Amino acid sequence: MLTVRADFPICCLFTYLFISVRSHRCIQALKIKQAELAVPQLYTTLHRRTCSSGTAPRITTHYTIHPRDKDPRWEGIEMERFADEADVVIVGGGPAGLSAAIRLKQLANEHEKELRVCLVEKASQIGAHTLSGACLEPSALTELFPDWKERGAPLNTPVTEDVFSILTEKHRIPVPMLPGLPMRNHGNYIVRLGNFVRWLGEQAEELGVELYPGYAASEVLFHEDGSVKGIATNDVGIAKDGSPKDIFERGMELHAKVTLFGEGCHGHLAKQLYKQFNLRENCEPQTYAIGLKELWTIDEKKWRPGRVEHSVGWPLNRNTYGGSFLYHLNEGEPLVALGFVIGLDYSNPYMSPFREFQRWKHHPFVAPTLEGGHRIAYGARALNEGGLQSIPKLTFPGGLLIGCSPGFMNVPKIKGTHTAMKSGMLAAEAIFSKITAENVDSETTGLHVPEYSDSLKSSWVWKELYSVRNIRPSFHNYFGLYGGMIYTGIFYWILRGKEPWTLKHCGLDANQLKPAKDCTPIDYPKPDGKISFDLLSSVALSGTNHEGDQPPHLTLKDDSVPVARNLGIYDGPEQRFCPAGVYEYVPLETGDGMRLQINAQNCVHCKTCDIKDPSQNINWVVPEGGGGPAYNGM
Amino acid sequence: MSGRVLVGVKRVIDYAVKIRVRPDKTGVVTDGVKHSMNPFCEIAVEEAVKLKEKKLIKEVVAVSCGPQQAQETIRTALAMGADRGIHVEVTGKDYDTLGPLQVSKILAALAKKEDAQLVILGKQAIDDDCNQTGQMTAALLDWPQGTFASEVSMEGDKVKVVREIDGGLETVKINIPAVVTADLRLNTPRYATLPNIMKAKKKKIANVKPADLGVDLTSRLEVLRVDEPPQRQAGMKVETVDDLVGKLKETGHI
Repeated sequence: MLTVRADFPICCLFTYLFISVRSHRCIQALKIKQAELAVPQLYTTLHRRTCSSGTAPRITTHYTIHPRDKDPRWEGIEMERFADEADVVIVGGGPAGLSAAIRLKQLANEHEKELRVCLVEKASQIGAHTLSGACLEPSALTELFPDWKERGAPLNTPVTEDVFSILTEKHRIPVPMLPGLPMRNHGNYIVRLGNFVRWLGEQAEELGVELYPGYAASEVLFHEDGSVKGIATNDVGIAKDGSPKDIFERGMELHAKVTLFGEGCHGHLAKQLYKQFNLRENCEPQTYAIGLKELWTIDEKKWRPGRVEHSVGWPLNRNTYGGSFLYHLNEGEPLVALGFVIGLDYSNPYMSPFREFQRWKHHPFVAPTLEGGHRIAYGARALNEGGLQSIPKLTFPGGLLIGCSPGFMNVPKIKGTHTAMKSGMLAAEAIFSKITAENVDSETTGLHVPEYSDSLKSSWVWKELYSVRNIRPSFHNYFGLYGGMIYTGIFYWILRGKEPWTLKHCGLDANQLKPAKDCTPIDYPKPDGKISFDLLSSVALSGTNHEGDQPPHLTLKDDSVPVARNLGIYDGPEQRFCPAGVYEYVPLETGDGMRLQINAQNCVHCKTCDIKDPSQNINWVVPEGGGGPAYNGM
Repeated sequence: MSGRVLVGVKRVIDYAVKIRVRPDKTGVVTDGVKHSMNPFCEIAVEEAVKLKEKKLIKEVVAVSCGPQQAQETIRTALAMGADRGIHVEVTGKDYDTLGPLQVSKILAALAKKEDAQLVILGKQAIDDDCNQTGQMTAALLDWPQGTFASEVSMEGDKVKVVREIDGGLETVKINIPAVVTADLRLNTPRYATLPNIMKAKKKKIANVKPADLGVDLTSRLEVLRVDEPPQRQAGMKVETVDDLVGKLKETGHI
């Protein structure tokens, strides 16, 4: 029960609303649970109906679902792995991982100690899988490199104009960007985060960090005492059907005293670690959004470098969290970065985030900027919105979590890079003294560094996340967007997040979908080929590709569930939420009924399917390193 | 016989990337774009390493011409099994106009300098599709050539090459030293795995300037303009033959 303060009438009103809304959501949650219980019956009837041609065709061939030690095709194949030792291994070459690597080497040089830091990254080059708006707050960067300007950091566009709007179908309501509002960008820079990450990579290499792009960490290794020993990179040369090819080679093992996991939002190794070490027992489930982005060269007359535009409202209804961004970059040619973010707790399975993005571009406030312009890039990525409430336990014997993987994004500010970088730096500082000590007093072979958690909790990252913790959950009320904005106005702008309560999220995003029969299909306009585009031409622009002859890395725990449950109850939402067209329900070759076709080569590694699958049947694992999108300065 | 094989590797824009013409129409945007080894060069390296594994040759030397980043491509070749690398430094304007004539002069000079027995190249590069470097190199050296190879076998002091030609397959036997260019079906290149990349860091890459080899890089070609391919126009459906003739007359085709 919330405590009510009688001297705050508005507070009372909201408290009433929140209590009633909480119970409303409780009932909703109960209904969902009941629907789940009802499912097995439904599943069997549907299963019989869709089973006309026998068993469901085999989709998943990956060895994480079909182990190789029981597979006769793998008999006699050499499975020994080459192993190497480092002091620290970092998984993920994004802002967090690179900041941690850089900080470690800075400390090592300061104290004249030798330190072997190895960083593995699944993209073929550092920055190729990086995608973000982005308005960078330079606070963490200035701490890492006070002379970043002299070093040539690509922060070329200071923010000059900040515009916020609420859109209706044809009009726009301007909202003044008063100082103190979280999304105000004064003092920040519009960056192409991929280029920034690439620059960080160059700085890291100069300091002596061993960077290995093109090699994905596919397995966590454990000591006998259960602590983390390091990681193993992906095997190569497995055919699509799961059998070994002539060029099969085992991945390599990298052992370390401490392993840092900075895989970004919803990392696949982090998913395993949560289970292994029970890291999520005292936090709320993470809640996410999907962000889609395009880069356009526009008509020079329309170009206003340094201009930042954000909007909420149309085309989303008030109960779907999301909004748009449009940033004018100043890097020589007239370039704008624009995109759309939609909370993945949406309930209508007919919603397609990609098509919402495409139709938003036709709004009379947006389309004129793009007219006469040329689209040059496209991409998508999930981002976390859980904030403070969803941060898991960050350390475990042998490793720790940094960056967007545990999730330090400041949702109303829509910024997570500065907090990710700071978390990497704090991790480096916490582990440095431990790993260079002569005699380390450790219970486990893999070092446990709980000091990281403590230093994070006493840093500005925690203060910042604490002050905005209630903004995102405040959208879960009858008035949706408007309730949230009023809450932000009162409790954040005036009170700076000092209210004594902490609101909760709604549970797993995957459980928020309503059955298709309870929802109305959305009639999206056809893309016009000039401002809005179709999905496949967009995916081609992401430059994504994977070696074709490998097991699909979108693995299903149960191959029969998609048709039976996802298609049967929710009309196949994965066909709509995947921003790369990976999932398609196609008619069976013989007999009637449908099957799920997974076009794994299209995958842009956004992780949305693993998050939003209502059956939680899809498990994204890492494909052969080097595959995936080829973003250039996204 | 020295038992040395020279393999040329070229750093090109990755085949899956959607390329974009530069606003000044002088070329294609390459800054920050994903690059990788030319697929046919990968096949060439694989073939050379296979010959070494069969103990038919003693040493594989990987060569690349270009700016600093070409060293990454050489490292990949080293990770696949080449023994050492040679980076011929070509930067700036010289690199923009670097074409098959200049590269073949460089390769010919290096083949003589290194006393190579065999020069294996990819049949063509996927960025310019020239299919000329192998042929020109052989001509400059006055060596026999086996191009579009789908099978290579050493037989004493000769090389037997099965070539993929328009009519089918042609088998030729050529004297060593020779130039061979690799076609798609020659082999499946192995992966450059991480332990091999780490080992490759210890292998030597020598730095050479074209002037040291006595090569003049001036180009006989000048690129006037680069354009995107024209947008494909929608087709038209007609009902009768008369309509077809009418439409063709209308659009000035007949």
